[in-house]
Amino acid sequence: MASPAPPGHAHCPASLSLLARRRRAAAANQQRRRQAGGRSRREVVVVAAARAMEDVCAKFVSQKVSKARWRPLPAAALQPPDIFATGSWDNEDNRISIWSVGDLGSVGLNGEYQGEPQLLCDIRHSGDVMDMQFLDQERVVVASSTGNVTIFRHHQNNQTLSTNQRWEKAHYHVDRSASCGGAACTGVICNNPEVVTVGEDGRINLLRADQKDAVRTIDNADSSTLHAVTFLRTTEILTVNSIGQLKIWDLRQQRNEPSQIFSLTGDRVPLHCVDRHPNQQHIVATGGQDGMLSIWDIRQGTMPVSLLNAHEAEMWEVHFHPSNPDHLFTCSEDGSLWHWDTSTSVAEKPSFLHQGGRSTTYFSHNTINQSLVSAWLSNDPTKDRMEITNLIPNQTLSVNSLDILGPCLVYGTDAEAIYVNRHLFA
Amino acid sequence: MYLDLAEHLASPSPVDSVCITSAFSHTDFHQFCPSTGRIYQCKNTCKALVDNSCRPKTRTALPKHGLFMLGRLVQVSKNYRSVIRACMEDMHQAAVSARDPALHSQYSTQVSILSAMELIWNLCEILFVEAAVAGPLLLRLLDWVRLHVCDVDNMVREVLSSENPSKHELFWNLGNTQTLTEMELKWQHWHEECQRYLQDGTFASNSHMESICKILLGDENAILEKKELMTTWYHFLVTRLLYSHPTVKPMELRFYAQSSMDLFLGGESSPEPLDTILMAAFEFEMHQVIKECSIALSNWWFVAHLTDLLDHCKLLQSHNLYFGSNMREFLLLEYASGLFSHYSLWQLGVDYFDHCPEYGRVYLELHIERIPLNTEQKALKVLRICEQRQMHEQVRSICKIMAMKALRNNRLGSALSWSIRAKDAAFATLISDRFLKDYCEKGCFSDLDLIDNLGPSMLLSDRLTFLGKYREFHRLYGEKRFSEAAKLLLMLMTAHIAPCSFWMTLLTDALPLLEQKEVIFSAEQTYELMRCLEDLTAGKSDKQKFQDDDVETMKVEMLRLALARNLARVIVKEGTLEGS
Repeated sequence: MASPAPPGHAHCPASLSLLARRRRAAAANQQRRRQAGGRSRREVVVVAAARAMEDVCAKFVSQKVSKARWRPLPAAALQPPDIFATGSWDNEDNRISIWSVGDLGSVGLNGEYQGEPQLLCDIRHSGDVMDMQFLDQERVVVASSTGNVTIFRHHQNNQTLSTNQRWEKAHYHVDRSASCGGAACTGVICNNPEVVTVGEDGRINLLRADQKDAVRTIDNADSSTLHAVTFLRTTEILTVNSIGQLKIWDLRQQRNEPSQIFSLTGDRVPLHCVDRHPNQQHIVATGGQDGMLSIWDIRQGTMPVSLLNAHEAEMWEVHFHPSNPDHLFTCSEDGSLWHWDTSTSVAEKPSFLHQGGRSTTYFSHNTINQSLVSAWLSNDPTKDRMEITNLIPNQTLSVNSLDILGPCLVYGTDAEAIYVNRHLFA
Repeated sequence: MYLDLAEHLASPSPVDSVCITSAFSHTDFHQFCPSTGRIYQCKNTCKALVDNSCRPKTRTALPKHGLFMLGRLVQVSKNYRSVIRACMEDMHQAAVSARDPALHSQYSTQVSILSAMELIWNLCEILFVEAAVAGPLLLRLLDWVRLHVCDVDNMVREVLSSENPSKHELFWNLGNTQTLTEMELKWQHWHEECQRYLQDGTFASNSHMESICKILLGDENAILEKKELMTTWYHFLVTRLLYSHPTVKPMELRFYAQSSMDLFLGGESSPEPLDTILMAAFEFEMHQVIKECSIALSNWWFVAHLTDLLDHCKLLQSHNLYFGSNMREFLLLEYASGLFSHYSLWQLGVDYFDHCPEYGRVYLELHIERIPLNTEQKALKVLRICEQRQMHEQVRSICKIMAMKALRNNRLGSALSWSIRAKDAAFATLISDRFLKDYCEKGCFSDLDLIDNLGPSMLLSDRLTFLGKYREFHRLYGEKRFSEAAKLLLMLMTAHIAPCSFWMTLLTDALPLLEQKEVIFSAEQTYELMRCLEDLTAGKSDKQKFQDDDVETMKVEMLRLALARNLARVIVKEGTLEGS
């Protein structure tokens, strides 16, 4: 696995995206594949060079950024997102901050270059920000290392933040009433008004934004730490834990058991992040402690379909692009942020969609669904072409979080900086 | 000199605990303010500057040859200064917007301290880093003074330059394109002309003009008369040099500096720490500069980075301090150690230790284990740092700490995942024993999702393997695959995978298999079981047998009976011909 080539001049233009070579599964595996319907394990040798991102605005914020999230756009919105929230960690005084990015090229009131994110407001947060998700246009749910889960409301008229709801010690070890009994809440996902949280105590909480008491709590859902949670369907969630398992939980059922358990083959490397394909709900991506990206097909089997070896350290977040899911983004402790692009895959796409290069951003959902087999699950190496690019030329400290919406990318690092690129596909 | 420096640095500071500043992110400034002598502690948030400009430049592969290298180093030095200036700006903003007067005065003090730091750094850059650069030293000193003493300077400059602006500009412009000697000749010519004007009494009618002319001639007394317009002795020094020795060479500075200071202060006030530092710089006593700065500013950032820069300029002789490391490394180690006591800047400290070739690793090993780990994610980051540097001891110890914490909180799966990360067989055995204990007490396994899915990590320790296999036995039994279950059970005992303490439980588990309607254990297997039972009972001393309660003895009796019965049945079965 090669490291990115040194960037050379700061304005080095072209990206060197290379073919990802995939080694075919052994003959024995092929046999199994025919029986089990298409599972194979592939080692992907990823060789990518850094591409200088001229459109990136960096801002140093004097706090280590653990989470960055775009504020969701209203349904009929045409313009790109312009507001995002960040959370910090490892400070005595952690903060949730709301930022705004204006249009590039214009000059602000004080004469500052307006591409740079401007702080709108912030509020103190007790404990590290472990996870964050926007509930709606105004409210954001935050998971804390103290075990608390808080909803903050952003008041747009006077640009302030206030606490809207708080669940104290939603996650705790052994004894809730003990003073040091709190356990870190590691993941939160929401679907207004429902909120689901998971933590180091192996507990799953189902909360409602307007209710003080938890709707349902699954104690000891997992014997190890649950690192992340996401919705599979409105009534089903996916969790990943620190012994390499992906579990599906059906919230309609009353029993406190997962409805399905998937495991990594080989070493039970902890999984840190999970995301589901926006359109094809059987495709799930997870990121592991060894930097491996795993693609799962949850309709079949208990093992991942692909294992893609990319990062050199923990992969903290994985995101499918919400409207353009042939693109996937991952960020890691090794300081890199990878853009995985299967849109150049030759397979099964009508020819009029080959636009050449990266000039178009959006494909309509219909055309995506027309492909019989998603490029993510494709097993045929002759048709497989995946462009993988490292978007960070000078890697230093960990990239803890990223978020992608439309053409806009935001990410935050341990180097106390946030970066915004509003023209990702240009 | 180094003895007392080391002593000072080693002794505890009078202000409590934390004597760090940072790479100018959130800082606790403990500063000795030159003007009032009081020590302030001030929390502020400057612009975070955790980028390369704050780090020792050994990281980038600097080319070795001459001018290019020098250019890079000058650039680096300018970067440092812009860092300081940026902080000054932020601090100034904070001071302006602070409503509390105490806070305002604190921030203002910080601004003045930062300004002093930039002043010193700038002078060091001019005198030390740019030393090899051709071009008039005085020009750069002029810029330096202008930059830092700007407000009062304006008036003076106006007065001085209003009369002969064209002459000045022309003179200095020419100076840029010609060599030092040529310039000196020209200046001499000009100087003589001025002198002639003075002697001829051209300006006798106007006392102002006369004093200006005297100043232009570099008459010290004349310049001193305007003392109130120059705030500092170094301003006086540069002004004086400008008019009396504009082509001054670096090595000549020290004489003029000393006399300027004496003349300016005139014995009224004693030199302040800032003055001593600047004087040491003019005298090219680099070590003295560093020493004085260390004393005056309890700000390790400044001396550590300045020393590192000077070391790169190959200006510091590798003086070994009496305890073995050189000056640069010593200061960097101190600075980085300070970073480790900060709740969030420890990550930076790692990088600094990496750049200390002699003791960096040892320091890092000691410090990294003491970082408080309040979340698993933080522990993972620390572990990654250790693994990247092959610090296996620390990896094991951190994983053990996390595993113990998890065990105390009854998170057996988490504990196991930490043991797997550290490849800690002993701990894996401990966890497995816990599981088995739970099983014995409750009669069923907890955390089946873990035990059923151990995978290759099962092989980490024998006990863990046993746990996995034992669970498999239960599963096989539950699926009514009795002969496989039986084979597995026997294998667990005969292959000595099972701990001796568990044999009784295993044999008891064999009972239902023996009691089945159909015969499951073969003769061979039954003999094996009997042997195991005998080994077990023979192993007990008489005393233990006496202490065994009725349940134990009954169990053994039942087992013996069941085994005997099974043996009888199986002998008959195996002896019978098939189909007859």
